[in-house]
Amino acid sequence: MFMLEKAVVGSRRYWIWIGTLVGIIAVAFYFYLQQFNYGLGITGLSRNVTWGLYIGQFTFLVGVAASAVMVVLPYYLHNHKEFGRMTVLGECLAVSAVTTCILFILVDLGQPMRALNIILYARPNSMMFWDMISLAGYWVLNATITLVSLHATQKGVAPPAWIKPVILLSIPWAISIHTVTAFLYSGLPGRPFWLTAILAPRFLASAFASGPALLILLCMLIRRLDGYDVGRKAISDVAIIVTYAMTVNVFFLLMELFTSFYSQIPTLMEHFENMYVGVGGNSSLVPWGQSSVVMMAAALLLLLIPQTRRNERTLVLACILTFVSLWADKGICLVVGGFIPSPLGAMTGYVPTLPELCIGAGVWAIGALMVTVFYKVALSTAVAARADFAHGPATVKEAA
Amino acid sequence: MNISRKQFLKLTGASLLTLSAGKLWSALAYAGQAVRHPVQLIRGKQLAMLIDTRKCAEHPDCTRCIEACDQAHNIPSFKNRAHEVKWIWTEPFENVFPSEETRFMPAGLKERPVMVLCNHCDNPPCVRVCPTGATWKREEDGIVMMDWHRCIGCRYCMAACPYGSRSFNWVDPRTALGELNPVFPTRTKGVVEKCTFCPERLTRGEEPACVQACLAGALLFGDLNDPASEIRKQLETQRTIRRRPELGTGPNVYYVI
Amino acid sequence: MRDRVWILLGLGAFLLLLTSPLWWNVRARAGLKGPDLVLPADQKDCVLPAHEMNVSHMQLLLQWRDEVVRQEIHSFKAYDGKVYDMRLSGTCLSCHEKAKFCDRCHSYVGVKTPYCWDCHIDPAQTRPALARRSPQ
Repeated sequence: MFMLEKAVVGSRRYWIWIGTLVGIIAVAFYFYLQQFNYGLGITGLSRNVTWGLYIGQFTFLVGVAASAVMVVLPYYLHNHKEFGRMTVLGECLAVSAVTTCILFILVDLGQPMRALNIILYARPNSMMFWDMISLAGYWVLNATITLVSLHATQKGVAPPAWIKPVILLSIPWAISIHTVTAFLYSGLPGRPFWLTAILAPRFLASAFASGPALLILLCMLIRRLDGYDVGRKAISDVAIIVTYAMTVNVFFLLMELFTSFYSQIPTLMEHFENMYVGVGGNSSLVPWGQSSVVMMAAALLLLLIPQTRRNERTLVLACILTFVSLWADKGICLVVGGFIPSPLGAMTGYVPTLPELCIGAGVWAIGALMVTVFYKVALSTAVAARADFAHGPATVKEAA
Repeated sequence: MNISRKQFLKLTGASLLTLSAGKLWSALAYAGQAVRHPVQLIRGKQLAMLIDTRKCAEHPDCTRCIEACDQAHNIPSFKNRAHEVKWIWTEPFENVFPSEETRFMPAGLKERPVMVLCNHCDNPPCVRVCPTGATWKREEDGIVMMDWHRCIGCRYCMAACPYGSRSFNWVDPRTALGELNPVFPTRTKGVVEKCTFCPERLTRGEEPACVQACLAGALLFGDLNDPASEIRKQLETQRTIRRRPELGTGPNVYYVI
Repeated sequence: MRDRVWILLGLGAFLLLLTSPLWWNVRARAGLKGPDLVLPADQKDCVLPAHEMNVSHMQLLLQWRDEVVRQEIHSFKAYDGKVYDMRLSGTCLSCHEKAKFCDRCHSYVGVKTPYCWDCHIDPAQTRPALARRSPQ
């Protein structure tokens, strides 16, 4: 049913990659057992900085998961045929990213064995409850869509008609998962750094820049490794999407900086100062903040200039810069920065410990493993069926 | 009998589901054994505390309230400040009331130690964000309570609290405890804790441990909804302030500066 | 059919392994002797009849937990009319010695208690003098 037999046939290079990922996961599992027995004290978290690497990575990866919509929406709502070979890759990436999100939340829990309490004693007033609903739902949606698409391609037929409303539902749902994640932060009265209406739009903009950037990199990678070509037009169209999203993201950041520094309100300014300049002897975030801004600027420049955007070499560089800068901004600066200073003014630093980093790397490796296996299955299916997905999943208009 | 494998699996699945449904039902609905006598519940209370920082400042080295709380509730004391657990503690005035700080202040006021604890807010953000209901505001007395059986340790409440009142058990607290007080449980690693206004003492008719321990009379505890209570009289006769009232949380710990 | 020997040997080993819990205990002369429980000397009645406690003490404790923590109900009227405080360490363990009663039966039956004792304290473990205090 899952066509996994296609994933166990591969070159030496493939198996070395799988082996590396499994090795990372094994190490992470060992450290997680330590964390499970000893407690979250094994991390660099503290009474003042209570969310760090795990929740930061979760926040970033929710964006990557949501970004599949940037490929799905043009294809299914606007008949943008050029994305035909890309949509299933985007959906596979989405499922893998959502899985890592859920895993990051689970490894962050102090009492993971009680995780089901969030369902048993549901509290709709809590944004975390809605986050659970939206992540679980998005996982089910995308897993269904991916499976059905692959099966249809394998059999060489169009997918069943009922998948169309499911795909259409995944579009607003993708927006919602990242909005709800932003709501986790932007409704807290005691955290002025997060208490801004622009947080959700900023999240979405950075998601729609970083996710498709990763997708471009993955498509180029599999073109080089496997020969599966999604098409020059598809790549350049997604690059345009990344450009717009990155422009909006940088614009939003500048808006935040203006409001904070023109108003001169200390509680607004101090978080940004802490991130970019370092305040009160505490500068653990500064390298991340500064490099994030520099990379964002460089990425934006490369993306806006048509020559560098169209040149594949510089596009790859731009995508890497986009992804890494937004990862540093959202995965590290945003979450940790909100806790510094603490409600009582303490400037407690945060440095992740080795076990924490290994567990984080392990969850990323699980995501990478899922993407690898999915792509292997998808591409083998495409080759075997001598199809290229371009004529596979039908659009709404055709079905009618 | 000509049954396909698919049909057999479907039948087995349905049977298992039916059987487990019965078990699930009985697990959820265990019957009570005997008639219970509930403690008389006085509804409509809003318990609150008034802290006179002037009286506190007369005894700068006094830590009686903190020690009483620590002893009564088995609160661990960690050398590593990152893991510290505290329900009531002192902070300098400038940290507790940043909006009250001015360039020129009476001598000693800026650094004056102020007791801080959970404010048991009228509109608590921590209760709003808790995904499991492990923390909630009791109707009977207004205490924002903790259920350590239900807490999953997500620490969302700690992010939501504007006062930094909550602590998390990063490791097993028993590693930083000496002799245990058997009257009150410890907590375990992975749950959030905070001051609960001592409901276990209130049911016995006693005041919270900190209030009872204070020899300077700096801590006053009572029901805001009772017009005859001492705390009401005090609040109506002298000027008091609260921490960050502009956030709309409605804190119930008042301070005389 | 040369493999017949190995097949039979393998089957025999498997059966031996499968039935090991049975013959191992016979060999060790474990017998039908139950756990060596030490009952409280001064109290004859529990909050429920002994048989009911045997069967459903877990449900009772969960009920007490929810009523005390979430409904602020603190008193329990037992089947014989006596009123008890609903406390695990304060009431139950004021009569029973955990190590000689609770733990012995649990380890005999092989039932691990849930996480209760991560938080709740056995009075015998901190101050022996308080082990047989009456319910508060």
